[in-house]
Amino acid sequence: MQFNSFSDFINMGGYGFYVWLSFGATALILTFLLISSKAGHQQIINQIAKRKQREDKLRQARELRKQQNEQQNKALNEVTE
Amino acid sequence: MWKWLHPYANPEVSYHFTNKLLPWLSALAAIFLSIGLVWALLFAPADYQQGHSFRIFYVHVPAASLSMGIYFAMAIAAFSSLVWQLKLADASAAAMAPVGAAFTAIALITGAAWGKPMWGTWWIWDARLTSELILLFLYLGVIALHNAFEDKNLAGKAAGILTLVGVINIPIIKYSVDWWNTLHQGSTVSKLGKPSMSLDMLWPFIICFIGFSLLVAVIICLRFRNEILARNSIRPWVRELVQKHNS
Repeated sequence: MQFNSFSDFINMGGYGFYVWLSFGATALILTFLLISSKAGHQQIINQIAKRKQREDKLRQARELRKQQNEQQNKALNEVTE
Repeated sequence: MWKWLHPYANPEVSYHFTNKLLPWLSALAAIFLSIGLVWALLFAPADYQQGHSFRIFYVHVPAASLSMGIYFAMAIAAFSSLVWQLKLADASAAAMAPVGAAFTAIALITGAAWGKPMWGTWWIWDARLTSELILLFLYLGVIALHNAFEDKNLAGKAAGILTLVGVINIPIIKYSVDWWNTLHQGSTVSKLGKPSMSLDMLWPFIICFIGFSLLVAVIICLRFRNEILARNSIRPWVRELVQKHNS
């Protein structure tokens, strides 16, 4: 152990500000990067799920429209006959 | 060797392999970093000239050499993506760029915080510092290009070309302290033969360096896995995985 007391350790022989600035900035940047990279996984999964929902909705709407068109055509054909 | 490597060109295989790798890498990174940082801050001796400000060395040097190492790895990935059209290489290059940028920023910040008490200035436009700042801008350019195009293949191509052109900066950073007169000291650790450091300073450095490298691997794996999912979002295996994850 290079330090006699906790305040000695914080003081770092007069260089405390510079040493803790370095270690603090490093910790801050890396923690931010780590957390945002980890959170990105769920974000992307949610995005893909949302896109799939939208695609399903579009497909349903398309099928519905197709059915309606067919019914209309049928009705028209009956009228003309 | 190619036969053995071949399955990893499949995004699904790579995704699951990365997932399996992550807990091991994370555990190792946590162990090495906690031992290394406690050793560096509490037990390593103070420098006879620089006193306790020398402890900045234990984050500054690993960050600086990793900033160059990651760029080199990114350049290899960019090259294989451009030449052999490996799509996963693009994904890995995109995963590496933000990590490299973060480590370059750390190297610059800790360098400034070390320069102020030792040289009397936060910043000076000398060769080592300026070329490292250019490295940060190269990283930012690569990140911007990766995000500038909707089509990820096109984005990867543009970013890859910038990456390969920027490789010229790496030897300039590395040898700047030998080629020009600079305030920055020459290399202490990677000297051929005997490193000019006492062992009770060198050991905590090695542990810190391994710890930071493992942390880099963890973050790159996390980002690589995200990139794979984002680039393969219409594939059935991704759709299945999303459904399983959300149910």
